[in-house]
Amino acid sequence: MFPLHHLLLLGALLFSAGLLVVITKRNAIMVLLGIELMLNAANLNLVAFNQLYSQQLNGQMFALFVIIVAVCEAAVGLAIVLRVYQYYQTSTPDEVTELKD
Amino acid sequence: MSLVTFMFYFFECVTAVAAISLVFIRNVFYGALLLIVCLLSLAGIYILTFAEFVAITQILIYAGGVLVVIIFGVMLTAKISGKPLVVQHGNVLGGVLVSGAFFMLLTWLITTQTFREQEPAIATSDSAMINAIGIGLMTDFILPFEVAGILLLVALIGAAIIASTIKSKKV
Repeated sequence: MFPLHHLLLLGALLFSAGLLVVITKRNAIMVLLGIELMLNAANLNLVAFNQLYSQQLNGQMFALFVIIVAVCEAAVGLAIVLRVYQYYQTSTPDEVTELKD
Repeated sequence: MSLVTFMFYFFECVTAVAAISLVFIRNVFYGALLLIVCLLSLAGIYILTFAEFVAITQILIYAGGVLVVIIFGVMLTAKISGKPLVVQHGNVLGGVLVSGAFFMLLTWLITTQTFREQEPAIATSDSAMINAIGIGLMTDFILPFEVAGILLLVALIGAAIIASTIKSKKV
């Protein structure tokens, strides 16, 4: 069995790295990558705490549903990014300031 | 140090290095590849923490689905000039402050906690656990399972309609 602290610290590192990517990168696809990283940090915590209770599977179930939601988010997010790129010819979130023409 | 312990820390190091270098990388395509390295080594950690089904799902969905979608996105949003898509950085000071402070806070919280002792691992076979997951999906977790199905359907239709190039009628 591995110490729980190491898993949780790795999760904290992943979440902070994802947050930094979301804040600093000026490209919508990189922002989506950062969000995936943050969702996986949450997943890692769920699996790590599920390890404490080896008879129950609630944490793993939640991790599976988080993965499903992450996939939906990636698909719809990339579709929106493509649409915005076709319209504005840019994928920088800061330059997209209007919702309609 | 046994082989399993070595594997565990190896996967942890790979995940951490990939996540940190994702912060510094400027090429979006390399960023997508780094994210996949990070997620696959996370799957290795899941296997070592007795979550085999989650690990297999992670590999199937991320390496098979999300990677392909993201790389399609990168290729479709790159300007056709042969140059790679390079990202500028903005809000560097604020981002470093916010995420650094958050990481420090989490580290302090985690290292000062004492968690419950882990139950000794009961030697259940893998098929028994996958059995339990399948039975759980059809009994205790039937509502989230069905809602996840509806969510996937809605996301499929929504993504197809949003990304389709057929001009919609102006309202």
